[in-house]
Amino acid sequence: MRTNDVMLKTATKVVTFIILMFAVHIFFAGHYTPGGGFVGGLLTASAIVLLMLAYDIETVKKIIPVNYVMLTAIGLLIALSTAAASIFFNVPFFTHAYDYFDLPLFGKTSLHSAALFDLGVYLVVVGVTMTIIQTIGEDE
Amino acid sequence: MSLVFLIFLPLIAALFIPLLFKKLGRIHTGWFVLIVPVILFIYYLTLLPTTLEGGTLVSELSWIPSIDLAIVAYIDGLSLLFSLLISGIGALVVLYSIFYLDKKREQLHNFYVYLLMFMTAMLGVVQSDHLISLYLFWELTSISSFLLIGYWYTRDRSRFGALKSMMITVFGGLMMLGGFVLLSIMGNTYSIRELIAQAPELAGHDFFVWALVLILLGAFTKSAQFPFYIWLPDAMEAPTPVSAYLHSATMVKAGLYLVARFTPIFAVSGTWIWLVTGVGLFTLFWGSFFALKQKDLKGILAFSTVSQLGLIMSLLGASAMGFHVENAAETVFKYAGFAAIFHLVNHAVFKGSLFMIAGIVDHETGTRDIRKLGGLMSLMPVSFTIAMIGSFSMAGIPLFGGFLSKEMFLTAMLAITEFDLFSMDVWGLLFPVVAWIASVFTFIYSFYFVFHTFAGKHKPEELPKQAHEAPIGMLISPAILAVLVVAIFFVPNFVGKWIVNPAVAAIQPFLYDSPSDVHVHVAAWHGAITPELAMTIGIFLIGGLMFWTLRKWQRSYDAFPDKVSLNRLYDHFMYMSDGGANRFSAVYMTGFIRSYLVYMFGFFFLIVLSTLFLNEAFAFDLTDLAPIGFYEIVIALALVGGTITILAAKSRLTAIIALGAVGYSVALFFVIFRAPDLALTQLVIETISVALFLLAFYHLPKSSKKEERIGFKVGNGLIALGVGATMTLVALSAHSQKILPSISEYYKETVYSEAGGGNIVNVILVDYRGFDTLFEITVLGIAGIAIITMIKLRLTKKEGQHENK
Repeated sequence: MRTNDVMLKTATKVVTFIILMFAVHIFFAGHYTPGGGFVGGLLTASAIVLLMLAYDIETVKKIIPVNYVMLTAIGLLIALSTAAASIFFNVPFFTHAYDYFDLPLFGKTSLHSAALFDLGVYLVVVGVTMTIIQTIGEDE
Repeated sequence: MSLVFLIFLPLIAALFIPLLFKKLGRIHTGWFVLIVPVILFIYYLTLLPTTLEGGTLVSELSWIPSIDLAIVAYIDGLSLLFSLLISGIGALVVLYSIFYLDKKREQLHNFYVYLLMFMTAMLGVVQSDHLISLYLFWELTSISSFLLIGYWYTRDRSRFGALKSMMITVFGGLMMLGGFVLLSIMGNTYSIRELIAQAPELAGHDFFVWALVLILLGAFTKSAQFPFYIWLPDAMEAPTPVSAYLHSATMVKAGLYLVARFTPIFAVSGTWIWLVTGVGLFTLFWGSFFALKQKDLKGILAFSTVSQLGLIMSLLGASAMGFHVENAAETVFKYAGFAAIFHLVNHAVFKGSLFMIAGIVDHETGTRDIRKLGGLMSLMPVSFTIAMIGSFSMAGIPLFGGFLSKEMFLTAMLAITEFDLFSMDVWGLLFPVVAWIASVFTFIYSFYFVFHTFAGKHKPEELPKQAHEAPIGMLISPAILAVLVVAIFFVPNFVGKWIVNPAVAAIQPFLYDSPSDVHVHVAAWHGAITPELAMTIGIFLIGGLMFWTLRKWQRSYDAFPDKVSLNRLYDHFMYMSDGGANRFSAVYMTGFIRSYLVYMFGFFFLIVLSTLFLNEAFAFDLTDLAPIGFYEIVIALALVGGTITILAAKSRLTAIIALGAVGYSVALFFVIFRAPDLALTQLVIETISVALFLLAFYHLPKSSKKEERIGFKVGNGLIALGVGATMTLVALSAHSQKILPSISEYYKETVYSEAGGGNIVNVILVDYRGFDTLFEITVLGIAGIAIITMIKLRLTKKEGQHENK
């Protein structure tokens, strides 16, 4: 019998967003300060797990209708194509490029193709972690 | 016509045999086959004048030129003699088999394909000048002989005999290959002719004795010498034409050929003389002694073949003595080589005919058991005559070829007593004595064979068939051979001059420059009572007396128990190597992962530790160590405490928690060693894995949730200690002798300028060495998919439910 965890659910609503924000922060900050795609991905996954603990797997599936296997595949594809893109510029496989751009809203920003690769890592980690937890959780 | 092509002629003909069998089934396939050996025989006859002059013929087919591999057909007196035997007796055997094998009931296409394959192999063996192609053909004889022995493959005995002969001859063949390789290394050539030319230099080489022994092993196994003769009696399960051809006239003589061919190289060695002569003589005695124990006609002939092969082998050994004697061509030593070849021809002729007679008796009465046979003399007069001629020749009775070779054999054995090298002067007297005793037994079993089959009382009630004379076609081949047996007695010097002398000149090039130098005059009557003649008369008297009383003492053979025979030894060896290997595997392949881990860690610990100390790689250097801080000590204590708790915990739950504690302590270590990325990752991963452990614990079956400490095992403890100590020592040594500076300086300098980043760890992961990361996330993906497959796809559980009941 499931009790009505009002406090847990309420706290989750707030905390999940904080964790997600932190995860995104740590992901983007990775190139200069500790963090990166791997930890960012794990934190994101932990936010979703928290949701699953407070509610249940079916509800979370409705809230975030993501196929995590597909997410893993997309992550791998992004990582691989980032690495492979360099060969079109006649430079060795896995050569990254970066430069400063003037973007609207952000101003002068450094953009680095390594961030794209890290995005691939991030998606794979989220995808795999969630696949594992969801598969085991749904198991009878 | 190219000689190499002729070697392959039978094999090429074999390609058409199945077609002829299927399309022209009304004509016995053997008639087509017969053409091949007849052509070959006639062609080889035309080469006789060449070898008589001491000439040789060479023809080469390049096979793999880059490694100097070729098929070289080389014809001198010795190869020509063998080629004539192979093609001549081959033709007679094919003719015989046409009447022996039924065209409707037998799978003739198989039979003749194998037989032609064998013919090619045998011609290749005797004509090859190249060591490797000689080996190739040698193995082909083993394989085709295997196929022929197992021709009636539905019978157990056939398959057993085929396998046995295969195991023994292939063992010998492989040993021989080893000898060949050593020889080719020593002489730096594959050509036998060139090796013979440099024989004096080879004798001093380190490999010389090895090559000698290995090549002899090949020759002894093929030629059924003691103790390898055991396959030959079992090979009698083959159809009789096969026994007549392979196991009396040709294949078993391949070993003799090998010994004869290599005599010029190895004759300098005392080991060679002792081994070849000694083993040959012992085989002669052994075979002749046990031939009388046999009850099967072909069994008697098999043992007699073994014995006669031993005789020829001992003569070949004695022929090598000529190398060590001054002016040997003038002494009695010249007889050995001549007698060997002369008897080889004699034996091929009379043994072929005897086997064919045994086949006829089997064919016409339905049994080969000598106890059931008897009194066939009047029913099968022609067969009886032929059998008598063959047997009397085998026994060495005058008017038949065997008498002459037996005389020369005794002459050669007597000559050994005069030989005073290699301590022969001490043991030499033994040789003529053993030879004489063996000759007595030869005399007895020859009479036993012919008279217990054809004389005595006829027992029609015991025979499966009504006995009657064989069809004329079956009798042609043995009759031709019998005529040859007699002809050899009357014109021995004709045979000697044309066939034997060139072969002798090839075996003993150190004695004779050309075949015409061989001055051996064979005579039935030397004009005086020579010692060998006296010995022969003794053989007749004693042998005759013993044959007369055979019924009284033949039972004493039963005193030799079957259990201690060489066959039992072979069976036991095969059983042991099969079952023993199984049992040995069962001892260490326990099926427990625990045992395998013990092996792995045990060997790891032994190998690494011994390498460390044997190579003097251990070093202990404390100079550039960092100071140890307070926090490090505290965390290390926590870590050790956690580890001990895991080992000592009663409950698995405690162990899981302790494992988590260890993981978090490691994360703390990362913090104080300034690795924030690692610390972050370690914390999260440790949390997840502890959660997964708990999940696994929750689902454990009730019975295994019992609280129980891990039992302490001394062996496991020692291995764990050893591995731990090894790794500690390796780590200390590695730390104490850093040879090169780290490359991390480069990363520090270029992390911003080249890669546009600030976090070295992350930049290494995604930029400098992103390749690793790419495949690590692939590993993660695979793990995810694997978990899905394991959990969602439970096909086995659904299907396997009834199996568990």
